[in-house]
Amino acid sequence: MMLTAARALMARDLRLLWRRRGDALQPALFALLVVVLFALALGAEAQVMAKVAAAVLWLSVLLAGLLALDTLFRGDAEDGSLEQWMLAPVPLAWLVLVRTCMHWTTTALPLLIATPVLGELLRLPRDQLPVLLASLALGTPLLSLLGAVVAALTVGMRRSGILVALLALPLYVPVLVFGAGSVAAAAQGLDPTGALLLLAAGLVLALVLAPLAAAAAIRIALS
Amino acid sequence: MSDCGPGSDSRPMHDSPIPAPPLLAARGLAFARNEMPVFGPLDFAVDAGEALLVQGDNGVGKTTLLRVLAGLLRADAGDIAIDGRPAKPALRARAISYLGHLPALKADLTALENLDFLCGLHGRRRGQLPGHALGIVGLAGYQDTLARQLSAGQKKRLSLARLWLAPAPLWLLDEPYANLDLEGINLVNRMVQAHLRDGGAALLTTHGAYAAPPVRTRMLELRRAA
Amino acid sequence: MSPLVRWFHQLGSPPYFDRFAQRWAPWAYALALPMLAIGLYGALFQVPADYQQGDSFRILYIHVPSAWMSLLVYGVMALYAAIALIWRIKLCEILAMACAPIGAAFTAITLATGSIWGKPMWGTWWDWDPRLTTELILLFLYLGVIGLYNAIDDRRAAARAAGLLAIVGVTLLPVIHYSVGWWNSLHQGQTISLFGQSKMDPSMLPPLWWMVAGTHVWFVGSLLRRARADNLRREAGKDWVARLAGAL
Repeated sequence: MMLTAARALMARDLRLLWRRRGDALQPALFALLVVVLFALALGAEAQVMAKVAAAVLWLSVLLAGLLALDTLFRGDAEDGSLEQWMLAPVPLAWLVLVRTCMHWTTTALPLLIATPVLGELLRLPRDQLPVLLASLALGTPLLSLLGAVVAALTVGMRRSGILVALLALPLYVPVLVFGAGSVAAAAQGLDPTGALLLLAAGLVLALVLAPLAAAAAIRIALS
Repeated sequence: MSDCGPGSDSRPMHDSPIPAPPLLAARGLAFARNEMPVFGPLDFAVDAGEALLVQGDNGVGKTTLLRVLAGLLRADAGDIAIDGRPAKPALRARAISYLGHLPALKADLTALENLDFLCGLHGRRRGQLPGHALGIVGLAGYQDTLARQLSAGQKKRLSLARLWLAPAPLWLLDEPYANLDLEGINLVNRMVQAHLRDGGAALLTTHGAYAAPPVRTRMLELRRAA
Repeated sequence: MSPLVRWFHQLGSPPYFDRFAQRWAPWAYALALPMLAIGLYGALFQVPADYQQGDSFRILYIHVPSAWMSLLVYGVMALYAAIALIWRIKLCEILAMACAPIGAAFTAITLATGSIWGKPMWGTWWDWDPRLTTELILLFLYLGVIGLYNAIDDRRAAARAAGLLAIVGVTLLPVIHYSVGWWNSLHQGQTISLFGQSKMDPSMLPPLWWMVAGTHVWFVGSLLRRARADNLRREAGKDWVARLAGAL
């Protein structure tokens, strides 16, 4: 039953993504904007940019993800789909997990693919790219899962804007610290594995706990 | 009861069959929002093969009552039993199909795709297919029409198709006649009749009794809480 | 039923809690103010100056109790929120939400005093000290809870949502603290923590305990007052509130 529901939800989300193909590029576009603005603000000096490139990239991915968070549950809440999820014979947490995974593939995965290109714009040192990609590959799902809890808490609200950012940022801090920090550690010649493993551990925990918290939040928000 | 071991032939004195428990029974159900009572305490029951018509003016709490029964809201007092057993979430999900105000249809998916998803989510009644259900509700040629392009009445019919495909025995219908023309109203009544004949039950909310289905019906009148 | 259990049940009734809070809050303040006064007097006049930092270390006597309270109040808030979510007790919802502004205030005081203390030590008002950075994030967590509580119309749903947020926050707080510590060691090298290398001499401790005790009692009084106010606001349509206000 759970697998059937998961397959149905994945098929639905892929179909929806295909019907609105343009929207899928928006997070990547936003990250590009942030990178361009940073480059302009920093004066496009190669030395300066190279030093901060990894951090700026992490920030642009994080901020783009924050913006994309709105689309996680809002559409389904508005047309009553979320209600039907609550009434389905499969656990709501399971549906939330599947939905978050699909949302990650449609919003964060394009960002990951765009990262090497964006890195070139900021003169990211080549040897930092693998660690950066690894940290993003572990960190962005974690951000999506934590973000799902925040999105679920605010799902009924019309103008949640700054409130979502305020709620999400404290939860994002550890992910950002270990994510961007792992690249910084590698740049300093230290071993980034510790930080990456911590991200991985966090991801495993979040895969189990975040959907449960988000499901509880949806029930509260829709009551 | 005297002990009836194998081979014994004793029978109770009065051979009365134990009546089946009602499909849905509510006792002392009450709900308040922001300390203001919305409805309650209510006592009612619906047997298999019966319909319950919930009547009342706008804002008296009909939708809230249905949402409490469906499990979307939690009652402040009272309890609900489905088939004689306490209404735990798993039991509710299998026993109830809810048709609310919002159609739960994705605008960018076709009628058939919407039904496919909802069947994947809720399960499908044996022997029923989404394409066939579209025919039953009068949307025969509309499989590949985007939900966005359907009129309000057609969207309602699509929701009814979803209802038809659901395997749940208890239907909770909030304003099922809304947005429908005369033919649509007849469709709802025919569907409810067929569902009840198969041993299901239905709860409907409505403003007036003019559109009541021609089946064995109980009435529940909600009035504004004091 | 034992009298204690019966009293707990009674406390959950809004009119009873109103009378309880009305009666005991003034006593809490009456107890807290002298304690704080004794602590401050000892901190300012009795304790000798620190051999390293001179007189500027005296702000520790406000900074440390505030910091401890900022963390304690968050824990208490999360505890009340958990009870409210699991057992749906209205009073615990109110108590949890009443904790948030108090904790936020303590956090703000911690940040301000930490910044003031840091000026003579670091030369700047802010140095991204790991403890203060964690306090800053804690302030955002508090503001988030307050913001979420105020953003939802249905008071009970609002309290439950904000309570869930508080619980999520409390489980992440150790992680945040650890991550900031790690970040600090990575980027700043070893900085002199706000307490310096020396431990506090026992002769300097008594005013600190007075301040700690005083802030705890102050918290109780403030919590009772805020909870009472929220309770009255929620029950505003009921007869007993109207009678209290003299309208009936």
